[in-house]
Amino acid sequence: MDYLYAFLVGGGICVIGQILIDKTKLTSARILVLFVVLGCILGGLGIYQPLVNFAGAGATVPLPGFGNTLAKGVIEEVDRCGLLGVLTGGLKASAAGITSAIVFAFLAALIFNPKEK
Amino acid sequence: MAKHIGKQSIKFEKKISVTSTASTVGTKEGEGPLGKYFDVILKDAVDGETSWEKAESKIVQDNLNLAVKKAGLSMDDIEYIFSGDLLNQGTGSTYGIRNLNRPFFGLYGACSTFGESMCLASIMIESGGASKVLIGASSHFCAAEKQFRFPLGLGTQRPLTSTWTVTGDGAAVLCKNGNPPYIVGMTTGKIVDFGITDANNMGAAMAAAAADIIMTNLKDFNISPDYYDLIITGDLGYVGKELTIELLKKENIDISNNYTDCGIEIYDKNTQDTHSGGSGCACSAVTFSSYFYNKMKKGELNRILFIPTGALMSSTSVQQGESIPGIAHAVILENFPKGDS
Amino acid sequence: MDNSAKNKKLYQEMVKKASPNSHIIKDCVKAFVIGGIICCIGQFITNYLKELGLTQNDTGIYTSSVLIFLASLLTGLGLYGKLGKFAGAGSIVPITGFSNSVTSPAIEFKKEGFITGLGAKIFIVAGPVILYGVLTSVVVGIIYYFIK
Repeated sequence: MDYLYAFLVGGGICVIGQILIDKTKLTSARILVLFVVLGCILGGLGIYQPLVNFAGAGATVPLPGFGNTLAKGVIEEVDRCGLLGVLTGGLKASAAGITSAIVFAFLAALIFNPKEK
Repeated sequence: MAKHIGKQSIKFEKKISVTSTASTVGTKEGEGPLGKYFDVILKDAVDGETSWEKAESKIVQDNLNLAVKKAGLSMDDIEYIFSGDLLNQGTGSTYGIRNLNRPFFGLYGACSTFGESMCLASIMIESGGASKVLIGASSHFCAAEKQFRFPLGLGTQRPLTSTWTVTGDGAAVLCKNGNPPYIVGMTTGKIVDFGITDANNMGAAMAAAAADIIMTNLKDFNISPDYYDLIITGDLGYVGKELTIELLKKENIDISNNYTDCGIEIYDKNTQDTHSGGSGCACSAVTFSSYFYNKMKKGELNRILFIPTGALMSSTSVQQGESIPGIAHAVILENFPKGDS
Repeated sequence: MDNSAKNKKLYQEMVKKASPNSHIIKDCVKAFVIGGIICCIGQFITNYLKELGLTQNDTGIYTSSVLIFLASLLTGLGLYGKLGKFAGAGSIVPITGFSNSVTSPAIEFKKEGFITGLGAKIFIVAGPVILYGVLTSVVVGIIYYFIK
């Protein structure tokens, strides 16, 4: 059952992105920004977490999930260490994602050459 | 001497012969409907080099050499080179010709560059300043994507209005006297900007310039569209072609029967996934240097109006929200100039 | 051609009519299926890691990292670009799209050197995502600090 929910919710979030691309001619870079910011706001408002509880990876894998992680991280840190948490929470929670992207991208660049389409 | 005609046109009096042409293209163009007309089809986009940019320069060098060889000349006979490309500061051409050791004018007219080369080289010959001039224009899909859009590996969808940059170089040797076809006249384009801001719809950005130059050419020479066997624009694609026809219809000029676009000819829309068609400096350059030159040589076409079209924006200007200015230069080519048939 | 404001406006209309629209239904179906599948792969990894006894928080982190690795690899092999062409937002919106947007410039610009090329341009697409994501989180944090 968790696969079905993951599929439906994850696919659904992607469809919203696709409609934005086709209708507004937004480039993929803008879509990524929009979704992370939206996820972060929804996370801050506490609206996104119920979706995560319901759909699992269907809500965490799409980029709003990344935004939600940022919001969750900053809220937890503010709870733990007050105002300082505003500065440390977001990146702390997303550190693994950003660092993996950097490390694997660098390794890929060492190994592979650009390919023609 | 050359005669200024009408508002923007020149009529040449010397016989300016397109003595030879050469075309080198990438694999995708080779697989397209014009495949059999190209001189050289590359096996891959790097052509033995280490980057797209170096590959483009190598293509330029090899293809210019080929054009000279096909004219039965050696590079030392060439008095001037006029060439250009899409890369920043025109490095595609400059690195391509740095070993050729000939006087050089580097041009930038975006995808209209081949027309610009042709016009200026013709004026050079007409003026008596030279009798053998080499012209060319090049572009490279991967290098252009990298410079103007995104890294190639980025997973994005191209809108249906977008065009596909042609990889290749088209070149020609122009000589005083010599064999047909001859360049008998030209109409220099002005910048026309109808406010298009969508960099994925270059056909629309350039169509107004194309329509403007066709109208001006017909007026300046006091002729009607059927004076030409064929009117050929550079890289408007399907979207731009339709718009050009429509714009001219509004001016009571009907070109729908003898008009085509290089960007439409070079790829098969249905099997090659090129959306609106081909574009880039090489689009008009290789299509003219192979397919249309061949048709003129065979006498299947005797009088054409060749109009390379260009969109003169940069990635910076697009990011700053500027609209895209278009330009087009028209060149009249004939097999039998007046009094010579 | 008369390029008066009125004519320019007319031309915009003509362009709109002449330009083909994206096949939005077809695009959405493809985005839905591929996006859904990527999320299911994520769910599979999560479930597997949970069975190994990892905590909720750790499974999330590992799942993201594995997906990021897979997308980097596919990007290097030149396959993610092809997937993106087919799937559109279906492969842009998942975290794998973020990974693709970091890896593809890293590979493309390494020819300009490890510092000025790869180093400077690795975040040419993903940089704004991190910038605005972090900024938003700071705003969320400040608001939360004052209202909690």
